[in-house]
Amino acid sequence: MYRYDAYDQKLVDERVAQFRDQMRRHLAGELSDDEFRPVRLQNGLYIQRHAPMFRVSIPYGHLASRQLRKLAELARTYDKGYVHFTTRQNVQFNWSPLEVIPEMCAELAKVEMHSIQTSGNCIRNFTSDPFAGVAGDELIDPRPWAEILRQWATFHPEFAYLPRKFKIAVNGAKEDRAVIQVHDIGLDLKKNDAGEIGFRILVGGGLGRTPIIGREIESFIPWQHIITYCEAILRVYNRYGRRDNSFKARIKILVSALGIDEFRWQVREEWAHVKDGPNTLTVEEVHRVADFFEDPAYEALPADDVGYHHHIAEDLAFASWVKRNVRAHKKPGYASVVLSLKKPGVPPGDITSEQLELVADWADRFSFGEARVTHEQNLVFADVKKSELHTLWQLARKAGLATPNIGLLTDIICCPGGDFCSLANAKSIPIAAAIQERFDDLDYLHDVGDIEINISGCMNACGHHHVGHIGILGVDKNGEEWYQVTIGGSQGNNAAIGKVIGPSFARAEMPDVISELIETYIQERHEDELFIDTVRRIGLDPFKTRVYADRQPHRKVANV
Amino acid sequence: MSKVIKNGRIVNDDWQILTVAEGEEAAALDVPAGRVIVPLATWLARRDELAARGDVGVWFAGNEGPEALADDIGHVAVIAVSFPKFVDGRGYSTAALLRTRYGYTGQLIAFGEVLRDQFNYLTRCGFDTLQPREGRYTDAQLDAAVASLADFTEPYQASVLHPQPLFRRVARVGVKA
Ligand code: HEM
Ligand code: SF4
Repeated sequence: MYRYDAYDQKLVDERVAQFRDQMRRHLAGELSDDEFRPVRLQNGLYIQRHAPMFRVSIPYGHLASRQLRKLAELARTYDKGYVHFTTRQNVQFNWSPLEVIPEMCAELAKVEMHSIQTSGNCIRNFTSDPFAGVAGDELIDPRPWAEILRQWATFHPEFAYLPRKFKIAVNGAKEDRAVIQVHDIGLDLKKNDAGEIGFRILVGGGLGRTPIIGREIESFIPWQHIITYCEAILRVYNRYGRRDNSFKARIKILVSALGIDEFRWQVREEWAHVKDGPNTLTVEEVHRVADFFEDPAYEALPADDVGYHHHIAEDLAFASWVKRNVRAHKKPGYASVVLSLKKPGVPPGDITSEQLELVADWADRFSFGEARVTHEQNLVFADVKKSELHTLWQLARKAGLATPNIGLLTDIICCPGGDFCSLANAKSIPIAAAIQERFDDLDYLHDVGDIEINISGCMNACGHHHVGHIGILGVDKNGEEWYQVTIGGSQGNNAAIGKVIGPSFARAEMPDVISELIETYIQERHEDELFIDTVRRIGLDPFKTRVYADRQPHRKVANV
Repeated sequence: MSKVIKNGRIVNDDWQILTVAEGEEAAALDVPAGRVIVPLATWLARRDELAARGDVGVWFAGNEGPEALADDIGHVAVIAVSFPKFVDGRGYSTAALLRTRYGYTGQLIAFGEVLRDQFNYLTRCGFDTLQPREGRYTDAQLDAAVASLADFTEPYQASVLHPQPLFRRVARVGVKA
């Protein structure tokens, strides 16, 4: 894991001092609400429905145990004893009073954490593969590159007042687990025929009110040039992105308006000037950073562990957890574990201080002191010995963190929605809860198999509803909360935007609607076919027909 | 005469920035004697006359880029960049380009909605003169703001003020855990 040197630490400390002074001036009336706004946003501070919302950065989702403990302590001291992990691998506090935020920043700085650029119209946190470094299909470890780029983007003086926010994701595996196709820039590490490392670069992807899959701007840019190339993209965007309408200000709108070829031409024109400049990466710098991501001290273990297999055979509950929550590891005798933050009845992504502390203890005991956040809002231990899985499972189960539902219907991605967010059209957490309650039969869930349900409380799409196999979007009709349903969306290599199945539904209808979609799938599926594959094969119609059969398709207002 | 921060010190600057009023032609602007800064359009229309004076500068609006002035960089007395809104970040790129691509080494003024919380980034992009709206800050506030120029002492990335990125400026030895 990356560790700060004196320079990293100084920058973060200087930021704390700067923000303290800004908060002081704001509270003293010197810095108006308008002028304070971008300042607080670039420190992760939103003003929300009930209280401020404070977002802390977790670069590419990596957390050390002492950082987990710090989050637990802050949640206990300044919040209501829990935090929320987000789809961008960050973490949010929901109830901290405005004036304590600089103090929280100071506490975070003690454990090499910060909230820098977690909001605002600037380059946001870099996201990546939660299984980086341990996945069998990894070609190149994305983390050193994400860290190098993170440093480049942090306090970049030219790109702090962009037309709109800017999100970059880095993938280094065969299967994309970082959703790079729906980011402003998606970076795909690869090797060319000569074996040299470089990046395929996508640009202009994004969700929100205009969901678009990113376009390829370059098929291979050698690693030395990745900063200068990104700089060229950002400069073109900063100069020519729309600023007249914030709904049309994302880079995707610029790329669509110009066309990818014209946009590429403009970027290359700019790049020609900055290429080979001082921002060209050096071997030394890449090595310095890459050193932090060397393998931990793995033990030489046999591939199979007898006790582990014994437990699987003896203990059905353990076996079902292993089936869903344990992943293969590149090293013999090791596995990666996903701790589910989707226990029915708990808002997706939420975790208490007590649980965070337990996770920290287990990280120390079982996984080299580290945990990771996934964009599906779960936690990962990357490096657990197979021989210790049963012990870990027993502990996690006691703490409510071993729901065996990873990738299943109840592993729902969900934004905070109307319960917390002032932009919401509708609540989202109760929808997730109702669906989880409806589908509480594990055997049935396992039979339905891999499926992703994503819920957003408005078209900003914080819950990634467009790329859910089933997407649920809160909409407002004459002041009432309704839900629009899409199917066929997906993330990963075959990323796709879901299609709307028809008129929206009242909240009370939602569990039935999901049941009917699932039943249609079960009826229509071929053997071993997943929900998304069935949708792709047979299209929307059978699903529509079933769902709207008992409903009046064109009703204006349904009786709830 | 307005109070500005120039090269890190509070001074009075006597540059007069001319703007085009509604219905007025940029080319027909009445350019008084003395140190004046004219809109880009005025300069482009009356280049020879204004360049000959030696005391005329040019300012860019938010949507204007330095390309238009590429051949005249050596002939303008000063360049200024307008910030119509403080969240409009185009001027940062304009400054960076003037300094790094067009070789402009003279005085570079940021004016308009220029706030003290942006001073650090503005100077790193190459502005040496920061001119907040008249009356925006008290003298005491401006004094305090000068300190914010040094908010970040060793930034990571290359910029006009730090032409080399941190990884080329210093030897960074890891503190590997
Ligand atoms: C509660 C406070 C929040 C507010 C006010 C908020 C605001 C927004 C807004 C306005 C957008 C749309 C921006 C655009 O399309 O340009 C957006 C997008 C997004 N937000 Fe949030 N958000 C909040 C919480 C969250 C949370 C909790 C998550 C993760 C669960 C999240 C993750 C995202 C993602 C992934 C997007 C989509 C980005 C894209 O279009 O590429 N946000 N948010
Ligand atoms: S999707 Fe909408 S409701 Fe949900 S968190 Fe984002 S802005 Fe709020």
